Amino acid sequence: MKQYIVAPAPHAHSGDSVRRNMLLVILALLPAYVVSVIEFGVGALITAAISVCACVLTEWCISRFLLKEQRQTIGDLSAVLTGLLLAFNLPSSLDWWIVLIGAVVAIGVGKMTFGGLGQNPFNPALVGRVFLLISFPAQMTTWPVPQGFNTSYLDAETGATPLYYLKHIAKTGDTSLVDQLPALKDAFLGVMGGSLGEVCALALIIGGLFLICCRVITWHIPVSIIATVALFAWIGTPAGMEAHQYVAYELLSGGLMLGAFFMATDYVTSPMSAWGKIIFGIGIGFIMMVIRTWGAYPEGMSFAILIMNACVPLLNKIRPQRFGEKKK
Amino acid sequence: MSNGLKVLTNGILKENPTFVLVLGMCPTLATTTSAINGMSMGLATMFVLICSNVVISLLKNLIPDKVRIPAFIVVIATFVTLVQLLMQAYLPAIYDVLGLFIPLIVVNCIVLGRAEAFAAKNSVGLSALDGIGMGLGFTLALTLLGAVRELLGTGACFGFHLFPDNYGALVFVLAPGAFIALAYLMVIINKLQKKS
Amino acid sequence: MAKLESTFKNMVLSLVIISMVAAGALAGVYMLTLGNIEAQKKAKQEAAKQAVLAGHEDGIAVETAVDGFGGTFRVMVGFDQEGNILGYEILEHQETPGLGSHMEHWFKNADKPGQNIIGRKAGALQVSKDGGDVDAITAATITSRAFLKAVNQAYAEQFGVEAHTGASQLQPTEEAAEEEVVIIEETEVSHE
Repeated sequence: MKQYIVAPAPHAHSGDSVRRNMLLVILALLPAYVVSVIEFGVGALITAAISVCACVLTEWCISRFLLKEQRQTIGDLSAVLTGLLLAFNLPSSLDWWIVLIGAVVAIGVGKMTFGGLGQNPFNPALVGRVFLLISFPAQMTTWPVPQGFNTSYLDAETGATPLYYLKHIAKTGDTSLVDQLPALKDAFLGVMGGSLGEVCALALIIGGLFLICCRVITWHIPVSIIATVALFAWIGTPAGMEAHQYVAYELLSGGLMLGAFFMATDYVTSPMSAWGKIIFGIGIGFIMMVIRTWGAYPEGMSFAILIMNACVPLLNKIRPQRFGEKKK
Repeated sequence: MSNGLKVLTNGILKENPTFVLVLGMCPTLATTTSAINGMSMGLATMFVLICSNVVISLLKNLIPDKVRIPAFIVVIATFVTLVQLLMQAYLPAIYDVLGLFIPLIVVNCIVLGRAEAFAAKNSVGLSALDGIGMGLGFTLALTLLGAVRELLGTGACFGFHLFPDNYGALVFVLAPGAFIALAYLMVIINKLQKKS
Repeated sequence: MAKLESTFKNMVLSLVIISMVAAGALAGVYMLTLGNIEAQKKAKQEAAKQAVLAGHEDGIAVETAVDGFGGTFRVMVGFDQEGNILGYEILEHQETPGLGSHMEHWFKNADKPGQNIIGRKAGALQVSKDGGDVDAITAATITSRAFLKAVNQAYAEQFGVEAHTGASQLQPTEEAAEEEVVIIEETEVSHE
């Protein structure tokens, strides 16, 4: 049994800080961002730039003029990360003013209203995204088709995402649409329609593994989400499709990988204990598949994470450990 | 008479049913999709509130304590049904929008709340004033909330377009926007009240 | 006057009297407003009928109901003798404002032939996503499908021809009071 001794100051600092963690997450997002710039071109650059700038500016304005804080918090990079994650969840051809509204809502409503970093019950980037999805459904569900790097921003060609076809196949059993799906290889590498940062599963998995290796996040939430979705899809495979094929498409399309590794694992809005995290992940996977299969929207990742965010205070009651208490 | 004035203004600001007492949230959230709808709901509630306050104040000595709640509810339900029938007959356009919510006035806490807390203890005149004050406060709050939601959601206010409606954030017309708008209005009004 | 004691007799008496007075008042107002309410309903029905027939004396107005995105909605469609659409009105709906609610005008926009159904022959109308030639409302395909289903359903009910989709599930029930208006009971319509 290890003996812990409480010693008087000075203490050694591990070097861990909010700023360092945020920086690592931003680094982990970069591969996926590079892929989306290659796929969607200038639109991806503009959307992300507007979103990040607006998030940082909103946080600064609110804490400076509304809360009249002496110390500014924008240096901890959390607003930059929120802006980047919000941009990852938007179509790259979205009008600039919609991106702006999303960023103001994400920081203003999702974060600062509750008291800033650490106090927000819901993931701010998802609050912004869902607000936009409900407010501007037509614009938010018009996905540009990847056509290699191009300089057109607003009039990019648009098309349906794989999720649209999957839902249609599941509902009608019309297997002729299977041909419309992108090849599995393309879905894995990100050559398909979708939100800016969610298309390339490979880059997101690399980023996620990097975060797990750096101990910024633990494996519990991503693994339990992905396992739940795979199991649900395997049981509910529609007639006319191979089970492994359907499972693979469900896993690779939409916001699943982005959500599982980067959105659901947000420190503030996820449970603390290992079991809490696993239940949290199962809940997200299950709710998302229910929405994908029967819901009105083709994608349910953001709704699922927000709903489970609301359950976090309850999940934190599962086997809580008092800090510094001896393990039996 | 300053007492009467105090009772009248009490419901508008100091004890505003929506922003301070937070009573009657169901109609508040459900009917305020536009300024006109909010105002109509507020006026209908005000009518019921004044009538029930007056009648209950008149009957307060004839109603034994142990059955006062069922008696109040019968009185309130009667007036609500009257409003429904009259609106259906003479204001069909508004009835089309609000018809579903009119019966909910019966269970609006603010009506039973004022009957129990005020009308059952005070004179007829004061009860009428309280009904007017509370009703006005409720109407103003619902109109304000409806106007904010209509403006942000569709770019219009009382049906007049201030900016094109494809710039409106639909969420404010839907249920989640009702909660968001109400919360921020409450924040602003509390802040203003604290200052004054 | 002192407050009444809560004795059994008092409680029963006061409740009975209050209820009786309330019932009397309600009955009176009901009688008073009955004529007006009926007239309003009739006027509404008549106005919708005039609107959908667009001035054609020999047109046929058919009322029908389907399940849309937000619940059941009722549509009145006007046909000429050959089954061409003269006009339509949405009588009642709970579709999403700003999306599905656009159907009130979307399908009779004379400037956009792709989405205009006025003058077309009903029976097998479909949105272009399903292989038809009617443009669906932007981001409201389910509502558009349901709307076209309602139009086809109305046509099938009046002209007895099998509509392209869902018509076999129809269970026509009662004839409405007005001769030419057929009310179809709400039928189960799946959103395929």
